[in-house]
Amino acid sequence: MSRITVEICVGTACYVMGAAELLSLQDAFPSIEEEILSFKGTNCLDSCTNPTCGKAPFVRVNGNILHAVTVESLKKTLHHELERLK
Amino acid sequence: MIYNNAMLIRRDLLARMCKLMFEGELKEKINRLPLEMVPRHSKNTRCCVHKERAVLKYSAMGILGFNVKDEEDEFMPLSEYVQMAEDRTEFTDVMLTVVDVACSSCVKINYVVTNLCRTCVGHPCTFACKKNAISIHGKAEINHDTCVNCGMCLDACPFNAIIYQPVPCEESCPVNAISKNENGIEYIDETKCIYCGRCLESCPFGAIIEKTYLVQITNALKSGKRVKAMFAPALLGQFQDDPEKIIAAIKQIGFDEVIEVAKGANETTRNETLEFEERMEQGQPFMTTSCCHSYTRLVEKNLPDLKPFVSDTKTPAYYTAEMIKKEDPDCVVVFIVPCVSKRHESYYNPNIDYAMSFEELGAMLVAKQIEISKCEDATCDTTIHASGRGFCYSGGVADSVKQFAKHPEKIKEILIDGIDKSTLRMLRQLPQNHGDANFVEVMMCKGGCVNGCDTLVNSKIALRQVKKVVK
Repeated sequence: MSRITVEICVGTACYVMGAAELLSLQDAFPSIEEEILSFKGTNCLDSCTNPTCGKAPFVRVNGNILHAVTVESLKKTLHHELERLK
Repeated sequence: MIYNNAMLIRRDLLARMCKLMFEGELKEKINRLPLEMVPRHSKNTRCCVHKERAVLKYSAMGILGFNVKDEEDEFMPLSEYVQMAEDRTEFTDVMLTVVDVACSSCVKINYVVTNLCRTCVGHPCTFACKKNAISIHGKAEINHDTCVNCGMCLDACPFNAIIYQPVPCEESCPVNAISKNENGIEYIDETKCIYCGRCLESCPFGAIIEKTYLVQITNALKSGKRVKAMFAPALLGQFQDDPEKIIAAIKQIGFDEVIEVAKGANETTRNETLEFEERMEQGQPFMTTSCCHSYTRLVEKNLPDLKPFVSDTKTPAYYTAEMIKKEDPDCVVVFIVPCVSKRHESYYNPNIDYAMSFEELGAMLVAKQIEISKCEDATCDTTIHASGRGFCYSGGVADSVKQFAKHPEKIKEILIDGIDKSTLRMLRQLPQNHGDANFVEVMMCKGGCVNGCDTLVNSKIALRQVKKVVK
């Protein structure tokens, strides 16, 4: 089990709204080992059908669901998480 | 497609509009949409919320199918455009519209003196400028009224203090069809445009938007008429699901039947192979493909010398639409396309009623909350030869023709993978300089249709996914 798990929702709504690009973000952290940071696609998190959850795409980082995630915002979040591990 | 914030805003707008269309509330709620998307205290990416809302309003006007520049009354609300779209029976072949309030932020003169200027004694820039457009006031300054964009100053500066700042849309257009008008707003010259959609993708202000038929399509879906969707082969690369599920999802939107254009692609291959063999027997030096509409427009408008070498075979969409209408003349045919050029082609095809892009399909799926992976498998047309699905990537058409040819070893192909300034030169010289090649496959977009301007995912992902169904 990695210390930071990034689960990217690849349900249709998230995929259309840019989740496909988030999956390629793993390449942005080449020196981080998989034991520390792991990326994976996940089936629909069912957040998209609930308007109070915010906007697609959704990503779960260590159990917390983030909404309207972009490559930019996810990079920021993960750098922050990595910083906390130090 | 290019992934950036402008694209994300456009998709959000499309999805919200589709949702209102399906719920039958577009007319009542559309005027409020820009406000909803950009509430008063939201962080905005343009100067203020009002500008952001204005851009959304005019983008929505484009999505409803109108040219922004045709606006007569600035006070006219979007709801009236919805009504006009519903009543509309006549359309035009203009597919792109410039949202002028979003445009105009780019430079008129491409050469900019940066703060790297050392105000050197020699100031070779003023010596290099033939128009006396540079003067020194603390640092070098370029007079925009006299500068002619020649770039001599840039070459002369020993400090690299003068840079060339491109205008993205103008830079991306392979045929110089887009330029600024007297107000500094970009204008697309329809006589030159080849509908490649590069300007649409490249504008980081989201100032170019595609006109759509979404109002007409959603109304047709509700009307009780039989509406049949035919989709371009590149669609199978846009999702991570199997073709059976993708087809089922499109049906779930409300389409009565979903047909793969790969079926028509087989017909194109059959005819193109015969035509190729015939032309070779007649002693012609080479033949180019004709399935990319942007390419054939390019030949029509810019490369007349190449015209005799372009195959007369029709496009996959042509044969597919013909088959559908022959079987069911009264149905409404909607073509799901990866790019602007296929939308333009559809306009001139009497068998295709409307076109919608992959992006618009994505917006419909979001609006209807359809989860593709949870759809029950639909049946695929098993009579389709898999090579037809390969028409959407570079090399796929040539491969397909080779598989259908009697003597594949006689086909020596060149692949023109994406048209830019260098491949354009190559095409221009093709009649004189084609080596021993006799079959030239041309695709406007680098990588093929999987990289069309209206695709949903980047072309590498799409290509990997499509190749799974071609094998």
